[in-house]
Amino acid sequence: MTEPTGLPVRVIPCLDVRDGRVVKGVSFRQLADQGDPALLAADYEEQGADEVVVLDVSATIEKRGARLATIRAVRAALSVPLTAGGGVGQAEDGDLLLKAGADKVAVNTAAVRRPALLSDLAARFGSQCVVIAIDAARARGVTAGVTAPDDGHARYEVVVRSGGERTGIDAVEWAKQAVALGAGEVLLTSVDRDGTKRGYELELIRRVRAAVSVPIIASGGAESPRHMADAVRAGADAVLAASIFHQAQRTVNEVKEALRELRIPVRLSVP
Amino acid sequence: MAVVRTSTANLASVQTALQRLGCEVRFTDDPRAVLRARRLVLPGVGAFAAAQKAVSARGLEDALRRRIERRHPTLAVCLGMQLMAQGSEEAPGVPGLGVLNGVARCFPAGQRVPQMGWNRVTPAPDCRIVPHGFACFANSYRLGADEWMAASEATAGADDHRGGRAVGGRDRDEWLPAWSEYGGRFLAAVESGAVVGCQFHPELSGAYGRALLSRWLDE
Repeated sequence: MTEPTGLPVRVIPCLDVRDGRVVKGVSFRQLADQGDPALLAADYEEQGADEVVVLDVSATIEKRGARLATIRAVRAALSVPLTAGGGVGQAEDGDLLLKAGADKVAVNTAAVRRPALLSDLAARFGSQCVVIAIDAARARGVTAGVTAPDDGHARYEVVVRSGGERTGIDAVEWAKQAVALGAGEVLLTSVDRDGTKRGYELELIRRVRAAVSVPIIASGGAESPRHMADAVRAGADAVLAASIFHQAQRTVNEVKEALRELRIPVRLSVP
Repeated sequence: MAVVRTSTANLASVQTALQRLGCEVRFTDDPRAVLRARRLVLPGVGAFAAAQKAVSARGLEDALRRRIERRHPTLAVCLGMQLMAQGSEEAPGVPGLGVLNGVARCFPAGQRVPQMGWNRVTPAPDCRIVPHGFACFANSYRLGADEWMAASEATAGADDHRGGRAVGGRDRDEWLPAWSEYGGRFLAAVESGAVVGCQFHPELSGAYGRALLSRWLDE
């Protein structure tokens, strides 16, 4: 199912939070406290964000209590969908996050280790609450921009533990399996592109788009609305970004207006 | 303000949205409270069968039906709105409350499901609560336009007083539709007096949702 849905493309800021403080995804705007997740999330909503993702990047699981408090605080300040991710190891973690106010839970490494986690979460809460976050790297020997013949080898492999470990698992096949198990959405990050600001990995998006029918959120590499437009044309339903809103000093609405100029349908909340 | 505690519901967003508008929220699964509450919210995410079971296990069906029929302020959200219908294709044989005509069905084959994201809502001219604008959806099932209108025609045909389907909101019993498009037209919301059903999530629809909730609270 490769046809676009016709829904406005969702623009989703991402906040990396450690120990209750935002460490990536801060805004360039004047805010009372640049590190406060709730303030930042509310500001992004005001700027026109369609959803917000809060990723916990705390080093240890001892910080679980703090992350629930963060989600509660963000929930109280936000009137658009909230996805919580980072270190979700068990269905119980997902349960706590949803109860704390997340609308969706993103799972990554834990689902690769135990795929049944996805069906557990989907059975309990419904697929629309379950996001499979996939970090994908070009398989060894694969060159960007060169379309290799389809020789049956994986072009992209799944990477886990925040990019530290290559698994050898075909990322596209994993996406298919995850959706079959109950994931309602794919958050697809290119490890090669992340942080480079040279655009998303379009080939990766195209391949996953051809393989699954659920919405795909593209992540990793966005520096401009043009990059986002390319990702949408490759098949993404939504785009995730952080540094474009900080370092490029653009508001979400400015990015959306630029997308509209590029003939990408978006929801413009600020007239 | 009472919110029904359907076990599958994500209650935190509903609660915070209402609290932000100044409401005192209490959760309930008591049939008398459900019938008598000044205002009631029926939320729901997850599966139709599980939600229906949660409602019937607590003996809430009659209370819900009665307050909806009397048009007491009631807001049904997402699965809550589907529960108002006669049933859902998701759970064949499991009855809904039947206060709304039609059966909820999956979006047509070929359509990306779930519908995740913002979609335009176009209310009928006499709608007072549901505004024009974009609302946030997260659903795979819905009441399709053809399905609902056909089911409504069938019911209207059985009535004495009117030949065709009435348009407009003068009849207090009439459900006013609000439409959206996704693989064809479907019911984004319905309203009749102080009763509103939303397929989308008003509590997650930013300023649009706040406007809807404020108008509902004013009814």
